[in-house]
Parts: sequence; structure tokens; C-alpha cells
Amino acid sequence: MPVLEQNGTKVWHRRTRSESLTRWAVWLTGTAIFVYCWQKISEVTTWFFVWDAPRIAEDIWTRATPPRWEYITQLGRPIWDTLNIATLGTLIALCFAVPIAFMAARNTTPSATFVRPIALLIIVSTRSINSLIWALLLIAVIGPGVLAGVVAIAIRSIGFCAKLVYEAIEEIDQTQVEAITATGASRWQVMAYGIVPQIAPAFAGVAVFRWDINIRESTVLGLVGAGGIGLQLSSSLNVLAWPQVSLILLVILAAVVLSEWVSAKVREAII
Amino acid sequence: MLRLEKLVKTYKTGDQALKAVDLTIPQGQVMALIGPSGAGKSTMIRCINRLVEPTSGQVWLEDTELTGLSSGGLRRKRREMGMIFQEYALVERLTVMENVLSGRLGYVGFWRSFTRRYPQESVDEAFRLLDRVGLLAMADKRADELSGGQRQRVGICRALIQNPKLLLVDEPTASLDPKTSRQIMRLICELCAERGLAAIINIHDVALAKMFVQRVVGLRFGAIEFDGRPEELTPDVLTTIYGEEDWEATIEKVEDDDEKTAEAEVAAL
Repeated sequence: MPVLEQNGTKVWHRRTRSESLTRWAVWLTGTAIFVYCWQKISEVTTWFFVWDAPRIAEDIWTRATPPRWEYITQLGRPIWDTLNIATLGTLIALCFAVPIAFMAARNTTPSATFVRPIALLIIVSTRSINSLIWALLLIAVIGPGVLAGVVAIAIRSIGFCAKLVYEAIEEIDQTQVEAITATGASRWQVMAYGIVPQIAPAFAGVAVFRWDINIRESTVLGLVGAGGIGLQLSSSLNVLAWPQVSLILLVILAAVVLSEWVSAKVREAII
Repeated sequence: MLRLEKLVKTYKTGDQALKAVDLTIPQGQVMALIGPSGAGKSTMIRCINRLVEPTSGQVWLEDTELTGLSSGGLRRKRREMGMIFQEYALVERLTVMENVLSGRLGYVGFWRSFTRRYPQESVDEAFRLLDRVGLLAMADKRADELSGGQRQRVGICRALIQNPKLLLVDEPTASLDPKTSRQIMRLICELCAERGLAAIINIHDVALAKMFVQRVVGLRFGAIEFDGRPEELTPDVLTTIYGEEDWEATIEKVEDDDEKTAEAEVAAL
């Protein structure tokens, strides 16, 4: 309580004395822990390699430039695969994410005691594992190649999309739903008229956002053999073909810039 | 036409919103439901079409008892009860036409409604209604482009295209300015008269209610405190419904204001 009486006049401070002291103590402990950790890390660092870093970086830079431009003829197909992995993966994920989102949202779930926990479990479990690890698992199951990449991206994206969509469903204006219900509409009609129009912008936003992320993620899937441009990246790295690596990085950059541009345009058009 | 028998609603929190309400509304009667906030007005309206499930008691619409109906039966009966909301409750991202046609959802199948292929009679009726409320030119606009008064007119069209026998109207004017409020109330009452509809209108503005309706029911703490003609609403009665207040001065003043608005309207024409 910051209002105090002093000699008959009311004085106001932002915090009481004990609150200020507590804040001071918290800041002090925080700083002490930071300094201590800094020291520990510095003890176990091999400083020789760190001091050496600029020279090595410069060495790699000179080897990697100029990029081997003629190698681009071999990259068309892999980058196309990468874009396909991302796009197909996102589409498949959305097909699964929408029903799961409706089952997970508190206001649309058929049963809050049975169905909702299952839907939430699916969301958490698919979200918690990185797509690279999904790809490793899937390569063991369905063999290496583009399909493993598509499925890995799809599984990883289900939880992400479902979570954002179900949050959008829970935030809808309930009176619009009431109004549609009051006309005598069926359960499905209420969904199509009362809920879907309200979540459409959120859904489109989530879809392009996830597609954007998936393009980045699918560029590395090839590192473990799940198709796409990562395959070329990994083989070039293995033979220390730095001019090829730099060209691949440029191509990935171009793809990501393109996806940013597309998703920005789509979002503009919808909202 | 509509008969409530010992209607009780107790919320999970233990609040008793309605205490054994008995009420009968004959064919074609427009009734205003007044009372302080939290008196159970909205609950009562929502218990009739079961947007809120009543705890006990019965609701008779003509000779059907509504509280015992299965979900399919309830949907068929909901078609006969149009509802108008305080915040209009239009689907903001759909067009005016889609919003009006959504009143026919109870009559068409899922795929027809999903692909927006409504029967031509419904479309004709939608255009007729929009013309009646003066919004024909707006049919293709999105609902969120309209002003408050326009949105409420669309809400009225949506309720009427159901071809209802009864209108449930929840605070139709609470979000509107005084002039638009009067226009909307006049429109609702005219349309009820044209079609011989019964209506229950929840309303806060006592003066406005007195101007337009044939019967006023006062609700206080979930029980009916007053039931009579608008002229019988004396300051004493208002005190029993709402509590102590200087009614003479405020109510008269509102009516004066109203005359001025009416004059201004005439002048504007």
C-alpha cells in the first residue's frame, strides 16, 4: 500500500520500502548469478580456438567465394522438392489440424472430459518433437526420400496449427453463435455460419505463417536424407566443396525471401 | 400463444435468475419486459428458445411444450421464434444478404446452406424484407460496414425471414442513439402489427417502452412485480421494480426530449 500518512499529509510512493528492498535483492542475486556463470563458462572454454576464429572464418570465406555458379543447374530439382515438401506438408497438416482444433477448443469440443484431453495430447506431442527428429524416425520407417520429408513436416505442423486455430475458436464472439443457433440451425450449420467466418482470417494467417516456417525447416531435412536441397548441402559439406555450399545457401536465402513475400501478400489480401 | 408455467432457472453458481415465473402472451401482443440489470430479463427470453436450459417449469408455444423437446424437435420450434439481439449479433464477415438468409438455416439442408444455394422464394423474401427496412442497396455489403441502426435492421430481417410466430427481442436499442432507438422500436412494433406477431421486448428505457407497447411486465429478482398497461406504470410502480428514484422528473424529461426529436425528424424531412 503506497499511500502513507506523514504529519497529517498523504504521501504517495510507487512502492513501499519493503517492496523496493525486495526488488533490489532480486536484481542483486540475478547479477551475481550471471557473473558466476560467465566465469564458469570462461574456465571451460578453449580460448585458443576462439582467438583463432576470425582467421578460420576468413579462410572459409576465401574458399567459398566466388560461389560455383554453374552448379545451379543441379539445384533446380532439389529446391523444387524442398518447396513441395513444405507446401504438401503444410496442406496435410491443416487437414488434420482443423478437426483437432475443433475437438480441443473448450466451446466446440464434443466432450470436455474424454475428447479434449486426447486432442490436447496430440497437439503437445506433435509440437514437442522437432521435424528433423521426426524425419530421422520416418526415414527408418518409410525409407529415405521426399515422402519422409513431407510426412515429417506434416506431423510437426499439426500441433502448431491446431493450437493456434483452437485458440482462435475459443476467442470467437459467442453471441454470433447464439444468433445462428436461435434460427433453428443444426450443429454443422452453426459451425459453418457462426464459427467458420469468425476464424477464417486467423486460419489463413496460421496457414501461411506455418508454410513460411516449413520452407525453412524443409531446407535442412535433406541433412538426414529426407529429400530436398539439404541433401546437396550435406554432400557438399562432406567433401568440403565450399563454393557449392555458398551457392546453396544463396539459393535457400532466395527461397526464404520468396516465401516471406508470398505470405506477406496473402496476409494483406485476407485481413 | 406463449405460456410460461412455473419457469425456474438456477445457475450453477446458485443464483436464482428466475423464480417460478408464470406468464401468458396472447396472439399478436407486443409486450415489454422491464426491470433492473440482473433481474433475469435476458435469462427469461433465452429460456424460451432454450439458448439457456431452464432448470424446471414448462414453456408452451401454442400446443407444444418446449422444455421436453429433443434437439431435432427443438430446432423445428426455434424456427417459429425469431430473436433480435442487443449487439445485433450479425456474422460480421458475411454479407448482409448471407446474414438475412441465415434466418432460413432451419429450413434448408447443410450442403445447400454451405454452398449458399437457397430456394428462390427465400431469396425473394430476403429482398422484400430488406426493401421493407430500407436496406435494399446494402444487400451486397459486408455486415461490419454498416452502422448500428442498419445492423439492427438486418438483425430484424434475419428474425422475420424465419417466418416466426413470436419475436424474442433482447435489448434492441441499448447500443443505439435515441433517435435510432425510436426508429428501431417503431419498426419492430409496426412489423409485429403487420404480421400479427407476438413479441417480448427486453428494454431498459421505460419511456421508450411506454410509447410503443400494449403491455408492460416488470421483473425484479427473477419474479414478476408488475403486469399491466403502460399507463399504469406510475412512479410508485417503478419504485417497486427498480428501487427509489425521482421518477416524475426523469421520465417526463425523456418524453420532452422525444417530442423534440420527433419535431427534428419532421423538420429534417
